[in-house]
Amino acid sequence: MVLQVTNSPFNEEQVELLNRLLPGLNDAQRVWLSGYLTAMLGTAAVEAAPIATAAASQTVTVSTAASAIPTTSEPSSEVQVVAPVSKEVTVLYGSQTGNAKGLAQQLSRRLEGEGFQVATVSMGDLKPNQLKKIERLLLLVSTHGEGEPPDAAISFYEFLHSKRAPRLDGLEFSVLALGDTSYEFFCQTGKDFDQRLEELGGKRIAERADCDVDFDEAATEWMNQVLAALNAGLGAGSDTTVHANMSQVTGDQASGNSSAYSRTNPFKAEILENLNLNGRGSERETRHIELSLEGSGLQYQPGDCLAIYPENHPQLVQDILEAMGWSGEEFVTINKNGEQKPLRDALLTHYEITVLTKPLLIQVAALTGNAQLQELVQPGHEAELKSYLNGRDLLDLIQDFSLLGYAAQEITSILRKIPPRQYSISSSPTAYPDEVHITVRTVSYESYGRARYGVCSTQLAQRAEVGDYLPVYIQQNDHFRLPDNPDTPIIMIGPGTGVAPFRAFLGEREETGATGKSWLFYGDQHFTTDFLYQIEWQRWLKDGVLTRMEVAFSRDTAEKVYVQHRMLEHSREVYEWLEEGAVIYVCGDEKRMAHGVHATLLQIIEREGGLNAEQAVEYLARLQQGKRYLRDIY
Amino acid sequence: MSDNNLLSPNSAPHSDVEDIKRSSNYLRGNLRETLEDRITASIPEDDNRLMKFHGSYMQDDRDLRNERNKQKLEPAYQFMLRVRAAGGVVTPDQWLMMDSLSERYGNGTIRLTTRQSFQLHGLLKWNLKQTIKEVNDSLLTTIAACGDVNRNVMCNPNPYQSEIHEQVYAWASELSKHLEPRTLAYHEIWLDGEKVESSPSKEEQQEQEPIYGAVYLPRKFKIGVAVPPSNDVDVYSQDLGLIAIVEDSKLQGFNVTVGGGMGMTHGDTHTYPQVGQLIGFCRPEQVVELAEKTVTIQRDYGDRAVRKHARFKYTIDDRGIDWFIEELTKRLGWSLEDARPYHFEHNGDRYGWVKGSDGRWHYTLFIQNGRIKDEDDYLLKTGLREIAKVHSGDFRLTANQNLIIGGVTSYKKKKIDELVQKYGLSDGANYTALRRNSMACVAFPTCGLAMAESERYLPSLLDKIEPLLQEVGLAEEDIVIRMTGCPNGCARPALAEIAFIGKAPGKYNMYLGGGFTGDRLSKLFKENIGEAEILDSLSAIIKHFAADRRAGEHFGDFVIRSGYVKEVRSGLDFHA
Repeated sequence: MVLQVTNSPFNEEQVELLNRLLPGLNDAQRVWLSGYLTAMLGTAAVEAAPIATAAASQTVTVSTAASAIPTTSEPSSEVQVVAPVSKEVTVLYGSQTGNAKGLAQQLSRRLEGEGFQVATVSMGDLKPNQLKKIERLLLLVSTHGEGEPPDAAISFYEFLHSKRAPRLDGLEFSVLALGDTSYEFFCQTGKDFDQRLEELGGKRIAERADCDVDFDEAATEWMNQVLAALNAGLGAGSDTTVHANMSQVTGDQASGNSSAYSRTNPFKAEILENLNLNGRGSERETRHIELSLEGSGLQYQPGDCLAIYPENHPQLVQDILEAMGWSGEEFVTINKNGEQKPLRDALLTHYEITVLTKPLLIQVAALTGNAQLQELVQPGHEAELKSYLNGRDLLDLIQDFSLLGYAAQEITSILRKIPPRQYSISSSPTAYPDEVHITVRTVSYESYGRARYGVCSTQLAQRAEVGDYLPVYIQQNDHFRLPDNPDTPIIMIGPGTGVAPFRAFLGEREETGATGKSWLFYGDQHFTTDFLYQIEWQRWLKDGVLTRMEVAFSRDTAEKVYVQHRMLEHSREVYEWLEEGAVIYVCGDEKRMAHGVHATLLQIIEREGGLNAEQAVEYLARLQQGKRYLRDIY
Repeated sequence: MSDNNLLSPNSAPHSDVEDIKRSSNYLRGNLRETLEDRITASIPEDDNRLMKFHGSYMQDDRDLRNERNKQKLEPAYQFMLRVRAAGGVVTPDQWLMMDSLSERYGNGTIRLTTRQSFQLHGLLKWNLKQTIKEVNDSLLTTIAACGDVNRNVMCNPNPYQSEIHEQVYAWASELSKHLEPRTLAYHEIWLDGEKVESSPSKEEQQEQEPIYGAVYLPRKFKIGVAVPPSNDVDVYSQDLGLIAIVEDSKLQGFNVTVGGGMGMTHGDTHTYPQVGQLIGFCRPEQVVELAEKTVTIQRDYGDRAVRKHARFKYTIDDRGIDWFIEELTKRLGWSLEDARPYHFEHNGDRYGWVKGSDGRWHYTLFIQNGRIKDEDDYLLKTGLREIAKVHSGDFRLTANQNLIIGGVTSYKKKKIDELVQKYGLSDGANYTALRRNSMACVAFPTCGLAMAESERYLPSLLDKIEPLLQEVGLAEEDIVIRMTGCPNGCARPALAEIAFIGKAPGKYNMYLGGGFTGDRLSKLFKENIGEAEILDSLSAIIKHFAADRRAGEHFGDFVIRSGYVKEVRSGLDFHA
């Protein structure tokens, strides 16, 4: 093909020069040039990202790239890397609540749109021997609790960090880490994977992105970089396509269904019912909330979560406004698109004001120059900082460091966006079509002389009334599903609100006529007041939908009794059920419950299976890998 | 035995409760298992029927029933536990035990009943065993406090004639003991006794319950012993009433009444309250045999098909008193003597300090509706606890739900009087005589039978009646007033001068004309009325009474003479 002005993006002068040069090149020279230009493009793409039109970006790309040439290393080695025609990419994710998975699916679709052959795999499904065969790895993983990987990622995490991990020379990779800056070990699992892949010989094609709870923008940015790098590495795909995609804000499809509503476009669901499940005299309050999904097209399965965008407490917002001397009427810009909202409204619905994070303090320290604050965020003061962040909110920060006098915009622009709250769905969609039920324990406590309220739970308990609307979307949770085979026995361990998904499970099994045995372990403080959904379990027991149920009420007896005690009391039968192929589910509090249940399961397996401690660990790990030990813990 | 109703496999139709008793293996049923069931605080109805024989039955807080149902919680099931003591006599240690149990396992209050028993309310299923065990450890019991057996034997607590009380009380205890069920089920279930492995044979069963047999009685059976001139035990309300005949300070024996009973059903005129009929006299040493044979006659001839027609009073009214006397004489092998003269003056309690003939002191406290509890301005429960700690005599529960601190030595009287003063424990002097003569059953929120409020309502109704009496100078006039939340008659309303029996929330049937000494039934005056009409009616009658009464004439007699209601001498005329 002879280049012309009309069939190429070049001007006359460029066409002439190229037409003089190109026909004389041999194959090796052409390949070299191709890699050379692509490499330049990879560096430039990042800077070019915000540019809106393809034509403009071209110009910038070329000119910027030109100045970068001298710093590149020996070009011939690049040829070896980009030469293969394969366009295979593995997107590997470790997901607990479904965000990492949702992003992985989003990334996969974009890659496929670019002509890549994409394998999207959960870490829980990846066989260790496959790892060596992967050439391009995009890894997305979340972090939980004290820097821990998601359940489904634990085996892979341990394998990769063990001596058995293979060398991964030649692997190209990039990591997207999800986390929450209000936790000390922010994005730790992602950081660990990123570092380890490099240690094993992998080559990072795009810098790791650490995303906070409001991950949309940062994740999109990372995807753009990854796509650019991959395209550049292959020397394939036109930059027109790349840029067109880069400028596009992709809709989140985490819900995996065809609804128009999603994380970025939540559905306004009407509240049909809102009642307290705890009887009079209880120290607890647990709201049972029924929402209408009618007309939303939103669908879910038992095990899924409902995410709600909450509103902050009006009193806290008022206190902040007063402490800062703001009226609340002033407009603030709330996003990069320049959208504006009155301050009070923005503080109520848009910003997180109940949690302090290290990045926030760093920015406030920089803004104010407050010496005390600057010292607090310096290395070496981690313990002090952690202790300060714990249990305090924006109002404390304002009062403790006299922030009075700063303009609203100065402060709001360093606040995080309020994250949605996720709750295990407690209804079966088959039993309650067009409805979704959640079970929410009201959180309130006192700290530093002031009453504090869980943002969403308190909103639901105190302000959300029947007939009101809540912005919601479905968070798919594929690792917590009923077994495909309706005859498979299930053991469900869910004290407190952890029992929520099991109400969905049993409702579903009742509706579908599943015949498998089921066994529920439940516990809370007091039998009389805290037996959530008591009459429903009783009915299911009577009807045979629920085969057995054990309960433990910790405050009814002198000695505290927990679900673990009931499991041990029925040690032999629990083991028999496992041997019969039962799937065991654990839902609820991680630190106080799930760890104890895990230890108890090991104890049961050891005792009843006649195994030593190591064998019991293997037994349980096998269950986990076989998707027969599933946890939804928080 | 061809003409009796004793249940056999081939006998005529019988009520479901009879089946439950028959298949219970002497009151065992599935109680062991159902008490262990942690998913519900309830027990199945069949077991609840059996539970009664063990002194307890299931209730729920009816105030919370709808609310909890919406909350997806089962009703607030709880158990009432009745602790029995013949004649209502307990030691200070036993009082302290009841006090402690009510705090640890109950709702914090103790209820003194109209049959001289204790009731604890609000016990959870899982605490029953420990509670019953502690009751038995203190040598009280709960067995047969409810159920189709002989109930707690009542006995006048007589603080005046000490030596007579001693003798009469000894016979009451003897009767109580003799008629107690013999089944080992109680021990097995509550006291970790050995479980009897195999089902006993028929012969062994007869051996196990020589008086009751395998199906026990058709309904409850009540015995009370009165010591004239006090008819505090309402001897005419008893299935078997015994009236102590005392001559020269010595117990000669008992006049015998049979066939009294309070319960009825609204709208069913085949059911009615009845007063016992006097049939003769027996000597003290004959009384146990007399009671046993009477019980066996009811066992054999009582109606086992229709429970609301199964009380002894219907057996007698259906067959006639002559038939009964003949049957009794046949079974005893001897005849009763003619009844001896006696005279009752009242059926209420006499309050405050009195000295007995043995030189010991007795203090009768007024307890509103028998409820022992602490209130902000009245630390009744605490006061009694402090007294029990220093007291060396006994406590006696009266048939009117009051309490006697009995057998106080002159030496201890000062100390106890100090405590009485310190806690302001009331002898009722600060109340009108009407209130001192008032009784209400428990009703809402715990009683499953209640149709209207009773214990929670009567005090406030009295607040409104008292001014009417004060206005006409009758604040110190003894008038017996009683209220129940349903027609089963726990507070014996059919013997009161003024009575209210619940029909629906806020609505009562109003009865008038019971005898002041408990010897005559009341009669329906107005049906299904609310508070306004109650007060209107009473206001007019009280004014009339104040104006036109004869010297010493009691309110109940006056309303009959004035034609407000007809006199009712037999239950057969109650609905006439």
